[in-house]
Amino acid sequence: MPFGQGRSGGGRGRGGDKKPGDKEKGQRRTLFRRRKVCKFCADKIDDINYKDVKLIGPFVPERGKILPRRISGTCAKHQRKLQTAIKRARQIALIPYVTD
Amino acid sequence: MADRQYELVYILPPDTAEQQVTELQSQLDAVVSRMHGQIANTENWGRKRLAYEIGHHKEGLYVLQVISGTGELMKELDRRLKVMDLVIRHMVVRVDEEKKVVERTQTKRRTESERRRVKRGLPPQRQPGEGRSAADADDAEDDRFDGVEV
Repeated sequence: MPFGQGRSGGGRGRGGDKKPGDKEKGQRRTLFRRRKVCKFCADKIDDINYKDVKLIGPFVPERGKILPRRISGTCAKHQRKLQTAIKRARQIALIPYVTD
Repeated sequence: MADRQYELVYILPPDTAEQQVTELQSQLDAVVSRMHGQIANTENWGRKRLAYEIGHHKEGLYVLQVISGTGELMKELDRRLKVMDLVIRHMVVRVDEEKKVVERTQTKRRTESERRRVKRGLPPQRQPGEGRSAADADDAEDDRFDGVEV
């Protein structure tokens, strides 16, 4: 399902993953899914380096695939940089190509 | 034209003798100096686990070198490293342009924030004890980062 699209009904009583203390927010028509924010924008990380496995690691789940933007919330610009970084890190065996 | 900066990473088998490493190093040094390059920095990451096996090796000695020189030099180095049996993997990456971009965005961000702060009548740099700490109380309301996978 595309992100929060085409679902009406305000979501009262819907958002099961919400914290109990959360307030109802206006008449927004989206399902209450938290807006994802690009980690690199939020933390002001400019340099996505292939050597920094700690930084890249969370974007490479177990299987070894690159985590898609729609899941991680990374912005297009940073996803592009992340992609090159991951691909470089794979070349020098810091990150696996596949794991099964 | 100004020299470009490259990073060269190569991986050796973990059981490589000290002497072989220095020998290889001196070979590379010779090529670099012959073609008017410069080794700006050498980093030895030491023994690391490989994410996947390369030629039956599960671990490797990583060496990183920052080299400034021409494209021809790196081409030559690349060719030589390919031929060497000792090196199990290597990679050359050009870094100067990216570095420049990063620097530019950082200075831009800094000057921008200073400009804004001055406009608000604050000193250009952030003072110790200023900012978030008092505002932490409403953190529970702030759900911007919830659900971001880290």
